[in-house]
Amino acid sequence: MSAGGAAMRSGGTAMRVGEELPPLEIEITRTLIVAGAIASRDYQDVHHDAELARLKGSPDIFMNILTTNGLVGRYITDHFGPRAVLRKVAIRLGAPNYPGDTMVLTGRVEETDGDTATVRVLGTNGIGRHVTGTVTVTVPREVG
Amino acid sequence: MSTVIDELGAKLKGYEGRAAAVAGTGKDPVNEPMIRHWCEAMGDTNPAYAGPDAVAPPTMLQAWTMGGLSGHAGRTGAYDELFDLLDEAGCTSVVATDCEQEYLRPLRPGDEVTFDAVIESVSDRKTTKLGTGYFVTTRMDVRVGQDLVGTHRFRILKYAPAHRKPKASGARRPRPVVNRDNAGFWEGVERHQLLIQRCTNCGTLRHPWLPGCNTCGGPDWDTVEASGDGTVYSYVVMHHPPFPAFTQSDHAADAAGPYAVGLIELAEGVRIVSNVVGVPYDKVRVGLPVRLEFRRYDDDEDDPLVLPVFRVQEGREGGVG
Repeated sequence: MSAGGAAMRSGGTAMRVGEELPPLEIEITRTLIVAGAIASRDYQDVHHDAELARLKGSPDIFMNILTTNGLVGRYITDHFGPRAVLRKVAIRLGAPNYPGDTMVLTGRVEETDGDTATVRVLGTNGIGRHVTGTVTVTVPREVG
Repeated sequence: MSTVIDELGAKLKGYEGRAAAVAGTGKDPVNEPMIRHWCEAMGDTNPAYAGPDAVAPPTMLQAWTMGGLSGHAGRTGAYDELFDLLDEAGCTSVVATDCEQEYLRPLRPGDEVTFDAVIESVSDRKTTKLGTGYFVTTRMDVRVGQDLVGTHRFRILKYAPAHRKPKASGARRPRPVVNRDNAGFWEGVERHQLLIQRCTNCGTLRHPWLPGCNTCGGPDWDTVEASGDGTVYSYVVMHHPPFPAFTQSDHAADAAGPYAVGLIELAEGVRIVSNVVGVPYDKVRVGLPVRLEFRRYDDDEDDPLVLPVFRVQEGREGGVG
């Protein structure tokens, strides 16, 4: 039951349409970019070798899409708690995340259906919109 | 209306619907160390990803299918062909633009992942800020045994990098400001002539170019072509700030280092600020004989620059040792 489009999450607070998630600031360090690329098994040179990145027309190395995806997932589960289960994550990349920048993730609950919410996520960095995404997350009610 | 037929594009379209990977297998089963490394990188402290009942972060889905340094297994000929065609056409760079994943059940340590992928679509030729190329969308089904555990739609842009104007950032030499008072000077330089203004009233030579004569005030002038001989009248050495555009072309200094700015007295008697070439910045001395030459700077192919510079005459370098 989700009267008024509100569902309960484990902590007992409602997921309400229009609810804004607190922003999450992420420092885009060279270490984060390289660690994310390697943890995701992505050895494309543009994610770890600045010189080769420049030869390919990029001013520096930049974050790979798998890391952005992971950060978006983390942003949602950080907020909704360890019981939250990601159902869908769809992201589109825009302005790249280069070292030295800061990305701020923001989110807003767009829809709820029972214990499932659709959250619109934006990640903005110093040069524009790095990521726009939609995440579907289920937060089962605690039993008992 | 332009009706350019994109032959490559038509060929690429032929790959739509073909398999990109058949019965690919993950290089490693889902495992705790890779999960931990991922969580460390992402700063993800979710307790659901650790401990005896750990699940893998759902967003790791693609990571389990990655080829890593040793490359992809299960990739089809069609996918490689498509990439080869793009590479041959100069579209050698790749950037991922979209990722849509659906997670049907959590992955747990020990799960052995298999995957099949299809080339869903190839876009028309597109020009983006990065360069011109094609968007290629693949859809992958990820399974453990017979169970579909997730789907993964992935879009990349495979493109020919746009030509970046400055070869190294900051290395483009500033362009002169050309106006109606000095246009004749720069037109001369383009023809490899160094033109000195001469007052037609009193005959005084002047440089830099001015609308009137400093000696008699006469507004009328003609020009005299400089013979090209001169001497270093004075100079300064710039140490800071570093300015790659001014050092790169002079001598062996690849890095932005100090550079000498010379005030050259021409044989005709006027002076001009320019570069002294043929000696390192710290070998420039007052009185060095120099000879005019014209140097072309190709640091911007849309806006080539020619400048008069002065080469130290052979065997005349100062400050030996």
